[in-house]
Amino acid sequence: MKHLLSAADLSRDDAEQLLTTAAQMHDVQRREVKKLPVLRGRTVVNLFFEDSTRTRSSFEIAGKWLSADVINVSAKGSSVSKGESLRDTVMTVAAMGVDALVIRHHASGAPAQVTDWVDATVVNAGDGTHEHPTQALLDAYTMRTKLGDLAGRRVGIVGDLTHSRVVRSNLILLRTLGAHVTLVAPPTLMPSGIADWAAAEGFSYGYDFDEVLPTLDAVMMLRVQKERMTGGFFPTPREYTVGYGLTRDRLRVLPEHAVICHPGPMNRGLEITADAADEARSLILDQVSAGVAVRMSVLYHLLGGAES
Amino acid sequence: MSDANTYLIKGADLLGAGRQDVLVRDGVVAEVGTPDAQDATVIEADGLIALPGLVDLHAHLREPGREDAETIATGSAAAAAGGFTAVLAMANTSPVTDTAEAAERVLDLGRDYGLVDVQPVGAVTKGLAGEQLAELGLMARSRAAVRVFSDDGRCVHDARLMRRALEYVKAFGGVVSQHAQEPRLADQFACCHEGELSGRLGLPGWPGVAEEVIVARDVMLARHTGSRVHVAHVSTAGSVEVIRWARAQGIAVTAEVTPHHLMLDTSLLTGYDLTFKVNPPLRPTEDITELRKALADGTIDAVATDHAPHARHDKQHAFAEAAFGMLGLEQALQVVNTVMVQPGLLTWAQVADVMSVTPARIAGLDGHGRPIAVGEPANLTLIDPVATVTVDGAASHSLSRNNPWHRLSLTGRVHATLLRGRPTLLNEEIQE
Repeated sequence: MKHLLSAADLSRDDAEQLLTTAAQMHDVQRREVKKLPVLRGRTVVNLFFEDSTRTRSSFEIAGKWLSADVINVSAKGSSVSKGESLRDTVMTVAAMGVDALVIRHHASGAPAQVTDWVDATVVNAGDGTHEHPTQALLDAYTMRTKLGDLAGRRVGIVGDLTHSRVVRSNLILLRTLGAHVTLVAPPTLMPSGIADWAAAEGFSYGYDFDEVLPTLDAVMMLRVQKERMTGGFFPTPREYTVGYGLTRDRLRVLPEHAVICHPGPMNRGLEITADAADEARSLILDQVSAGVAVRMSVLYHLLGGAES
Repeated sequence: MSDANTYLIKGADLLGAGRQDVLVRDGVVAEVGTPDAQDATVIEADGLIALPGLVDLHAHLREPGREDAETIATGSAAAAAGGFTAVLAMANTSPVTDTAEAAERVLDLGRDYGLVDVQPVGAVTKGLAGEQLAELGLMARSRAAVRVFSDDGRCVHDARLMRRALEYVKAFGGVVSQHAQEPRLADQFACCHEGELSGRLGLPGWPGVAEEVIVARDVMLARHTGSRVHVAHVSTAGSVEVIRWARAQGIAVTAEVTPHHLMLDTSLLTGYDLTFKVNPPLRPTEDITELRKALADGTIDAVATDHAPHARHDKQHAFAEAAFGMLGLEQALQVVNTVMVQPGLLTWAQVADVMSVTPARIAGLDGHGRPIAVGEPANLTLIDPVATVTVDGAASHSLSRNNPWHRLSLTGRVHATLLRGRPTLLNEEIQE
């Protein structure tokens, strides 16, 4: 595997291996000296066309703890309006002698396009409303720490699915790992063509959260962005919360053993109540700490640290 | 000595109706049958089909303004290479073709190169801004005698403005060619057919209904105003249904389909290859099937290329931010042959209708789309219908390389094109 562009790039074996290595990396993080020498002399550039404090710092720490040289390049605003093409921007950065480009872009498909233009390994750190594969890996990793093997487990993904890159990667990876996935959202926030997609791939979707809730082993609540509230996707935030929020009432219906995930940032009071977010079974902070370990694992495997 | 103004086309199959020799002298067809002309330059046309010179209702030649992507000269060469003798040049240049002067300049540049008749399309609204009518009457009265008006690239979405445009052009027999895209349903970023694939790829969806509601509205406006509307690049089965209904009501609507919407489907976007980013977007195979049927049964009147050259760097942005459009002039006839003629959906006589006779009539180009008969202008295209060609995008006469058929195998090869008796393409070589 040279690049990680989509969760679909990962076979079940690949995913298992990445998650196993991530667990080892997680152990290393608990040591006093966290740094491993495996990527010494390798250069990783975080090329971010869109702000993202958490993902960028997570990749930065991951690279540094593997002893790679990590450089952050903010290319925000470097777009059509400024005149420079995506190709010119990435080729300029790649020409500096880069082993891996970690790319975040506001437009879907940008990391995949970049692989046509540069020799470096490309890691998709979130592209538009397409995918965010390392987020899916860390979500799966976190769920596994509480639920064990995900095969046969039932996971509900609820929220703004149209505009979420997290949902696509999670759907693909969870299914690769054998989980049953149900997508839940109002029809206006479902990905287009959901009926065909679900039929082709064999997953479920629905508009009724309460119907799905009692069957779940894990529920992943996705953020509803502020701009959607005025975009006519649903009438009011209040109505959204009543239909699709993880409220106190719904917490009582969720099975005891079930876990709650949220990739953040949270809109407390909209898609998730403060109660739910702070519940002991909530894995939300675990997700953040797992993020570094998972990204260490990804960089380690993609940059050939495994062979050296 | 052979006379430079006299050509004898030997053994061509005229519109697939039988082999005849055609003598062309001083720009017109002088004789059909078995003419004897010692002074003529012979064009061996054994095994070739002869068609009236092709007419493209819809091409972007980019001059003035984007001469790095295409010029009227290079676009004319691409057109001649594709068998065209007349091309309508869309108005979305810089400056926009929204005045008589701008239209005449395009006409004159086309005449200077002389490879193809370049007929300007006038903008419907000033600057394509969709706010006030451009000087439609002055463009119609100009030397360019503009008859087709379009804001192509943008939809005339304001219903009142569209109504006024349709009414106004009645005075001089004009037609409005509509780029049907309701902007509230498919905005400037919409770039992938809305459906399962756009959902998977996370690309902004361009639903078929955004086209269909405008087509439905416009046919009703055409009925109300008693005017004529032309639907550019029809891309969905739903639009076909509306047009078929409107036709049955006697509404004056005509429609065109592009070669790419007849052949290429939305799955090509899977790898985010910008060559396949086009507006309206490539659609699913179900739509393609209906478009082919509609072209075969006459619901769709014409094939038009929407030839849209782009400089390389405009196709090197992120997918949603890069330019829309693909080349079409050079491969249009090959594509129609491959997907319509070879499978038996169209005869060569029908190809002549949809690629020459009807587009010439819609555009009001009297000298084009004429029968191959004595006394008619010698605008002719010769095609080898069975040659198998692997398209080499790098060999294009266009300045641009966004050729969606690059490396694909197509059936048919344009052998020669004659514009008023003068070969503009001969043995596949452009004749400057």
